[in-house]
Amino acid sequence: MIALEARPEASRALALASPALAIVLTLLASAALIAALGRDPLSALHVYFVSPFLDGYSRAEILVKATPLALMGAGLAISFRANVWNIGAAGQYTLGALAAGAVALAAPEARSALWLAPYLAAGVAGGMLWAAAPALLRTRFGANEILVSLMLTYVAGLLLDWLVRGPWRSPLSFGFPQSRDFAEAFVLPVILDGTRLHVGAPAALLIAAALALLMARTLRGFSVRVIGASPRAGAFAGFGESGTVWFALLLSGGLAGLAGAIEVGAVIGKIQPDIGASAGFTAIIVAFLGRLNPLGAVLGALVLAVSVIGGENAQILLKLPKNVTGVFQGMLLFFLLACDVLIRWRVVWRRKGAA
Amino acid sequence: MRRTLAALAVGLVATSAAAQELKVGFVYVGPIGDFGWTYQHDQGRLAVEQAFGDRVETTYVESVPEGADAERVIRQLAASGHGLIFTTSFGYMDATAKIAEQFPDVKFEHATGYKTAANLAIYNARFYEGRAVIGTIAGRMTRTNRIGYIASFPIPEVIMGVNAATLAAQKVNPDVEMTVTWVNSWYDPGREADAAKALIAQGIDVIMQHTDSPAPVQAAAEAGALAFGQASDMRRFGPEAHMTAIIDDWAPYYVKRVGQVLDGTWESTNSWAGFAEGEVVMAPYWNMPYEVAVEAADLERAIRLGRTHPFEGPVVDRDGAVQVPEGETASDAHLLSMGYFVQGVVGDLPK
Amino acid sequence: MEPFLISVMIAATPFLFAATGELVAERSGVLNLGLEGMMLMGAVTAFAATSATGSHLLGALAGAGAGVAMALVFAVLAISLMANQAATGLALTIFGIGASGLVGQPFIGQPLDSLAKLPVWDATALTRVITGHDPMTYLALAMAGGVAWFLYRTRAGLALRAVGDSHGSAHALGLPVTATRYAAVLFGGAMAGLGGAYISIAYTPMWGENMTAGRGWIALALVVFATWRPGRLVAGAYLFAAVTQAQFYGQALAIPSQFLAMAPYLATIAALVVISRDKALTRANAPACLGRPFRPDR
Repeated sequence: MIALEARPEASRALALASPALAIVLTLLASAALIAALGRDPLSALHVYFVSPFLDGYSRAEILVKATPLALMGAGLAISFRANVWNIGAAGQYTLGALAAGAVALAAPEARSALWLAPYLAAGVAGGMLWAAAPALLRTRFGANEILVSLMLTYVAGLLLDWLVRGPWRSPLSFGFPQSRDFAEAFVLPVILDGTRLHVGAPAALLIAAALALLMARTLRGFSVRVIGASPRAGAFAGFGESGTVWFALLLSGGLAGLAGAIEVGAVIGKIQPDIGASAGFTAIIVAFLGRLNPLGAVLGALVLAVSVIGGENAQILLKLPKNVTGVFQGMLLFFLLACDVLIRWRVVWRRKGAA
Repeated sequence: MRRTLAALAVGLVATSAAAQELKVGFVYVGPIGDFGWTYQHDQGRLAVEQAFGDRVETTYVESVPEGADAERVIRQLAASGHGLIFTTSFGYMDATAKIAEQFPDVKFEHATGYKTAANLAIYNARFYEGRAVIGTIAGRMTRTNRIGYIASFPIPEVIMGVNAATLAAQKVNPDVEMTVTWVNSWYDPGREADAAKALIAQGIDVIMQHTDSPAPVQAAAEAGALAFGQASDMRRFGPEAHMTAIIDDWAPYYVKRVGQVLDGTWESTNSWAGFAEGEVVMAPYWNMPYEVAVEAADLERAIRLGRTHPFEGPVVDRDGAVQVPEGETASDAHLLSMGYFVQGVVGDLPK
Repeated sequence: MEPFLISVMIAATPFLFAATGELVAERSGVLNLGLEGMMLMGAVTAFAATSATGSHLLGALAGAGAGVAMALVFAVLAISLMANQAATGLALTIFGIGASGLVGQPFIGQPLDSLAKLPVWDATALTRVITGHDPMTYLALAMAGGVAWFLYRTRAGLALRAVGDSHGSAHALGLPVTATRYAAVLFGGAMAGLGGAYISIAYTPMWGENMTAGRGWIALALVVFATWRPGRLVAGAYLFAAVTQAQFYGQALAIPSQFLAMAPYLATIAALVVISRDKALTRANAPACLGRPFRPDR
C-alpha cells in the first residue's frame, strides 16, 4: 500500500516544486471542468492565464489587485510560520480601512501629501488593534486565536456596515450607503499614467523583502522559526511563546490594516459597504501558495491576481460563469495543500504488514 | 489553434467595435441566479439578443464587487470592443463615470445613479408606481386593516415604495396601517421568510416586500395570508397567496437603447421610466374579487396616462409636517431624497 | 408568543444540524471551517434530488451525501495528508460556493413543495409550539441528543473524545486515531449537508445562490459558544434564533441592527475566554488537539 514516510529533512527542491505542481494539477483539473462545460479548454486557459498579460493596463491591474493580497499574505506567512493562526486578516483589513478613513473624513480639506503619514499610520494601528484582541486573549487566557480572529472579522464587517449606513453616510449620496469622497491628499499617487498602479505596489514588494530579510537574518526571525517548528525547543532556547504570539498577530494585523488603508485610499476613495475585505481570506491562500515565505507570498498574490483578472476576462470573452473561477480557486488550494505533503514526507510503497 | 489565440488577443486589446456587429456589455452586482434584481437585468439582456439576433453580441460579468474591481471590469468591457455598456448598480457610478471619460466612443448607461456625460446616460424605473397599485389592492383586501412591508435598507428607493403603498392603501381604506420590518439584507431567503411569518403572526394579512427572494410569498401562502411578488412574477411560489407582482422589465429600455446605438440615434439621457414605457409591469391579478382587479387596473392606467400620481399632495409625514402641499405633486428630486415615513406607517426608520 | 417560539424552532434547525456535526468533528480534534461550503452543496443537491424524485426523504439523503463528499475531500487533505485545517476548510468553502452555483443554475426560480409538517397536538400552548413541525426539525434535536448520549455514554464516544484531547496518548492506547477522525469529519459533513438541505427543501423550499447567507459561520461560532457540549449547543442555537427572531416581533430594540447581529460573535468570544481561563473547564470540554494534525509514527 502507499504510505508516507517522514523525510529526515524538509526537501528544499520540493518546497519550490510543490506550488508549481499544484498549479499544473489545477490547470489539468480546470481544463477537464471547462471541457465538461462544453468549452475549449486550451483557449479558456489562455484567457485565464495569458490574456491578463497582453496589454499594459491589465498588467498594471495585476499589480493593483495583488498589492493588498501581497501585504496581507506576507504578514500571514510569518504568523503561520510562528504557528499563530490568524484567520481574521479580513477583519483587520476592515479596521485598518476604518481607522484610516476616520482620519481622511476628519480632514475633508486636506491637500498636503504629508497627510498620508497619519492616514497610513492609523490604518496600521487599526489593524493592530483588531489583531491585539486575539493576541491578548490567547496569551492571557489561552483562547484559540483561529476562532477569536474569525469572529472579530464578522464584528468588523458589521461595524463598517453601521458606519456607512449611519454616522458616516454622506449627505450627498441620495441615501445610498457611502461616506464622502476622501480629499485628494489621501489618494495614493499613481506611478504609471493611464493606469491605477499606485505607490502601494512597490511599497508592498519592499515590505515583503524586508520581512524576508527579517525572517532570515534577525534573532526575531530565528525565534519565530524555532518556536513555529517546536514550541518546546523555543522555550529551551529562551524564546517566549507569548512574545511570539504578540509579534505574529501585531505584524500580520498591522499589515492587513495597512492594506485596507492603501486600498480605500488608492482605488476606492471613500468608505462603502464593500471595500474588498474578502481579500483577507484570499490572502490565506496567498500565504500558503507562497510557501509561508513573505516573498513567496508576493508571487502567490500575483498568481491569484492573474486568476481573478483572467476570470473576469473569461466571463467577457468566453461567457464562462463566475462560479468557475471560485471552483478553480478552491481546487488550486486543495492541490496546493495536497502537494505540500511531499515536502516533509516521502511517498513510499509498502507491502502489507511490513510496517 | 494559434489563430484563435491571436483572435482572442486582438479582441481584448481592440479599442473600438469596428465590425457592424454591436457588442453590448452588462455589469451585474449579484449572480444571475439571484432570481431578483440581477436576474431581471439578465432577462433584459436576453431580450436584446432575441430582438437583434446576429446584429448584437452580449456579454455579462456577474457578482462584480462595488469596490476596486468594478472599474477594471467596466474598462475591460470598453477595451474589448463593447460599444454600449450597462452598469446595473448604484455603486458603479464613479467607476462608470471615470471609464466613460476615458472611452468617449463607447456609450455607457448607469442604473440608479445621477452622474451623466455626453456618452453616459442614466436610467431607473419608477417602481413606486407599482407600489401604489399593490397598496390599493392591499387596502381593499386586508380584513385586519394591517399590511406588512418587508424592507431591506432605509434608502430613498425603499422608503419611497413604503410611502407610495401606504398612501394608496389609505385612499381606499382610511383605517389601514402599514407595518414595516427591516431584514437588513437584499437577499436572505430564511430571514425574509421569518419576517413574513412574524408579520402574519402579529395579525397582518397582506404582505409586500422590497427584498429579492420569493420566500415571503411562500411564507404567506403557507400561513394563509396574501402577498405580492417582487421583481418577477412569483406566482408559482405561492399560487394561493400571490395577488400580483411588480415586475422589473428592463427589456423595453435595453432593446430601445441598443436599437438607438445601432441606428446612430443614441443620446445621453436621464430616463426614469415606469408604467408608460413598460419598464414597470404588473403581473396578472389573482386571488382577488373582480372589482378589486378592475380598480387596480384602472389605477395602473391612470398612472400610465399621467392622470394621477402616487404622490399627490397633501403628503404629511409622521411628525405632522406637510411634505407635499395640497394641489401639488412630489417632484422627482423630492422622491429621490425621500427620508421620511408618511402617517400610517408603523415601525422605525433607522437613522 | 406562540408564533415567535415556533419561528425560533424553525430558524434554529439549520444551526442545530450543522453545529452538531461540527461539534463531533471538533471533539475528535479536527476544525473544519468549510461548513458554509458543505451546507451550500447540501442545499443544492437536496433541492435537485427532491425536484427530480419528488421525495423529500431522498432529497435530504442526497444533501447529506453531498456534505459527506465535501467532507471527504477535507478529510483526505487535512487528516491523511496533514494539510493545515484552517486553510483546507476555507478552500472547501470557496469551492462549495462556486460549485453549488454552477450545479444550481437550472434550478433558479423553480418552486418546490415544502417538506410536509406533522400534525399539531392542540392541547396546550406548549404542545402547539413543540408539535406540528416537519420531521427534520425533530431529527435535528434527536441528533443533538444522540450525539450527547454517544459522547458521554458510549465507549466509542469516550474514544472519540480521547482522540481529540490527546491523539498521542490515544494512539498509544491503541485507539484508531485516523479512522476516528475520518468518521467524525464525515459525520460533520453529513450534518452540514442536512442543515443545507433543511434550508432548500423545508425552511424556504427554493434554490438561490448563496442562500445559506452565512449560517455556516454562525454554526461554527455556536460550537465554541457551547463550549463543545451538545446540551449547551441546543440552548445556544435556540438562544441565537430567539435573538434574531425577536427583532421581527418586538422591533422595540433601540440599538442598531448591526450591533444585534454582532451579538453571537461577541458572545462566542466571551464564552471562549471564560472556558479558556478556567483550566478545569478547558480540560473537561475543549478538545486539546483541536486543529493539530496527527502523525502516526511519532
